[in-house]
Amino acid sequence: MQWVPFWPRDASVTAQSIDMLTIGELALVVVILGFVFGLMIVFGLRYRRGSSADRSHLVEKTWHWEIGWTVGSLAAFLVLFVWGANMYVWLYEPPPADLEIYVVAKQWMWKAEHPGGQREINELHVPLGKSVRLLLTSEDVVHSFFVPAFRVKHDVLPGQYETFWFKPTETGRFLLECTQYCGTQHAHMGGVIVVMPQTEYARWLTIQGVHQSLAQQGEALFRKYGCSGCHDPNSTVHAPSLAGLYGSIVHLQNGETTIADERYLRDCILLGASRILPAGYPPVMPAFAGQIGEDDLIKLVAYIQSLAQTQRASR
Amino acid sequence: MTTLTADLPTNYLTKEHTIASWLLTKDHKRIALLFFASITFFFFIGGFAATLIRLHLVNPAGNLLQPDIYNRMFTMHGIVMVWFFLIPSIPTTMGNFFIPLMIGARDLAFPRINLGSWYLFNLSGLFLLYCLFVGGVDTGWTFYTPYSTLFANGHVIPAAVAVFVNGFSSIMTGLNFVVTIHRLRAPGMTWMRLPLFVWAIYAVSVVMLLATPVLAMTLALIAIERWMGVGIFDPSLGGDPLLFQHMFWFYSHPAVYIMILPAMGLVSELITCFARRPVFGYSGMAYALMAIAVISFFVWAHHMFVAGISIFSAVVFSLMTFFVAVPSAIKVFNWTATLHKGSITFDAPMLYALGFVGLFTIGGLTGLMVATLAVDIHVHDTYFVIAHFHYIMVGGTVSAFFGGLHYWWPKMTGRLYPEMWARVAAIVTFLGFNLTFFPQFILGYLGMPRRYYAYPPDFQVWHVLSSAGASILAVAYTLPLLYLGWSLIWGPRAGPNPWRATGLEWLTSSPPPQHNFARTPIVKAPPYQYNPADGSYVAQDGSVHA
Repeated sequence: MQWVPFWPRDASVTAQSIDMLTIGELALVVVILGFVFGLMIVFGLRYRRGSSADRSHLVEKTWHWEIGWTVGSLAAFLVLFVWGANMYVWLYEPPPADLEIYVVAKQWMWKAEHPGGQREINELHVPLGKSVRLLLTSEDVVHSFFVPAFRVKHDVLPGQYETFWFKPTETGRFLLECTQYCGTQHAHMGGVIVVMPQTEYARWLTIQGVHQSLAQQGEALFRKYGCSGCHDPNSTVHAPSLAGLYGSIVHLQNGETTIADERYLRDCILLGASRILPAGYPPVMPAFAGQIGEDDLIKLVAYIQSLAQTQRASR
Repeated sequence: MTTLTADLPTNYLTKEHTIASWLLTKDHKRIALLFFASITFFFFIGGFAATLIRLHLVNPAGNLLQPDIYNRMFTMHGIVMVWFFLIPSIPTTMGNFFIPLMIGARDLAFPRINLGSWYLFNLSGLFLLYCLFVGGVDTGWTFYTPYSTLFANGHVIPAAVAVFVNGFSSIMTGLNFVVTIHRLRAPGMTWMRLPLFVWAIYAVSVVMLLATPVLAMTLALIAIERWMGVGIFDPSLGGDPLLFQHMFWFYSHPAVYIMILPAMGLVSELITCFARRPVFGYSGMAYALMAIAVISFFVWAHHMFVAGISIFSAVVFSLMTFFVAVPSAIKVFNWTATLHKGSITFDAPMLYALGFVGLFTIGGLTGLMVATLAVDIHVHDTYFVIAHFHYIMVGGTVSAFFGGLHYWWPKMTGRLYPEMWARVAAIVTFLGFNLTFFPQFILGYLGMPRRYYAYPPDFQVWHVLSSAGASILAVAYTLPLLYLGWSLIWGPRAGPNPWRATGLEWLTSSPPPQHNFARTPIVKAPPYQYNPADGSYVAQDGSVHA
């Protein structure tokens, strides 16, 4: 029986690391507080008015004291800074993940789309022990995806993809919360992360009644929105081939280079002919902003991603 | 008030009696009292909202207030407490009253601007009350876009106008202090002889002048997007939601220091006076205040570590935040060292000051935890952050405010307050505060998000403790209203210098005459020349008192 909760469960690889850092910081906090409160109490008693303590040789200023405790505290702080920054980079620059799941937030629900085409609302099923990378976007206002048991959180912004990852270490059901105020039912914009053993997860995927993967659905949309008219390998229009584009380095018309990640693909579709398209092509791409919803965008991006994978496989 | 001091030599309270003499006064002391009345009114409005919030959260299902009402309550609590109490609190009241007195001036440099600042403040207050009466606003005090511009169904524009106008009141006050401190110091009052409270008000005025215009621009842009649909922050119109957050926090982080710097200066006055010894490391304390003011402009994006800023900028802003902690740490250590070999008494102002040091230290150290990038990922936008900034804002600033109020009460009113009651209030404040906000650290780490009108039942115990603490705190904040009010009529008369303190403000009578000093004082000594061994002190005019 759980009595009064004092510390959250830790159910991911990152949770344990963050807890270590927190405990390290708490230890330093207690030492410094002990020092400050201790001195205040000792001085308060010893030097209360009327006490017989010696008050000669009053120290008004000594630079070596001030420099001493400044350098001391700065050194301790910097250790914590480096520790925390290092871990932040690790959390927010996802390594190649075993599984990529798209999440779309809207007032007041979470929609998840698995690569196999399975969809769920306010629930997210993930396999135990696999690294899961989330790509998140919002249809309206800023939300924030927070799983306390995993110690992970990231704001979900309209108009772009944000990404982070986690790797569950325990099966079970874990609370998902929105932590960026988003309107009336902000407090009820929650859900459950269901962590399942891998075999059970595989079985769960098959019983969702889905026949087409996200990429396959994207391929159909690719034709429906007319993308294939120009980007098909057989097309006569001088448009870049999308095979192998995902993950490659692109030279842009504005002279910069970028890696063609999900964010870049999404921006190209929405903005059309602009300075961020690859250099060397005529500016004829139409802008699809306002015409393609988040759900369809995800499928299109997944399809373009899949083109890179098939190309890699055939190499 | 005229009857209270009728038998005293004529002073700023008794010089004129008409209502017009108050509403059109150019006397900084009267304007300070006008501000006292205004911010006290708003403190109790904000406190009322807080009371409803804490009552509501006793039950996890949150069925006391409707969700929309709850959301409007925490928004109102934030807006009122930040802009209508904490930011103006110490500068416009004690700063207004005592900066001229402490530097030996007859008034602030621009008395009409000073009065205008009070009228603007009240005008902005009227906009806010209008907003409240027509139904309130539910964006949170942070006005995050695109929620505030396109989705919120509350009265965003009146609230934004209120804060916009309020900002100009702030700018006028800041301008006045900067000019006054530069130009109107008495002969001999060199920069390195300024009391630390004056340094703190100087630092905060510079921050007010430089940061507040950015808030005005940001709010104007919100109004433009909401009214005219011009895409600035909303991506569906081609805007960028993070742009808003950058602009908002570019003001609002320095604003945090606008709230705490005056408190730091004030507490330095209290601790030296009641420890009866010179402040430890005067120049270090003064430079630390200025360093905090400067660095405060380069840390804003630490509010955005999980918002989607680049990893590189997150690392830079985290590092800058650790740097701003260094001057704060110097101050804490120096306050503590100021107790060493003192001759300490524990009158109410000192109790508040020591409470400030303890609570500010807790708030500051937990601030380092939230500045640590990886830890912030977990605790960001949870009750951990709520607890952290209430330790600074309430535990820090409000404690210092009450400390200063008691310390200078005899000077402002000519009356002594009942010491025993004041000590009780100080101790109850400290205990009630910790009971209210310490459980929120635990709640936050457990994963309780802020701005939730309902929460998982597991968390209830901590919420109930917090609400119990809040009710104690409510009593502790009402007590001074009663006994200070009592002392106005029945309190014993205070002499010019009941605390035997060294500042110039104690060289004139209590309450001071209309133009502060019969003759402009000549400053011959640094501040805080107390001698703990024999209890003597040297006032800043060089006079020695056994």
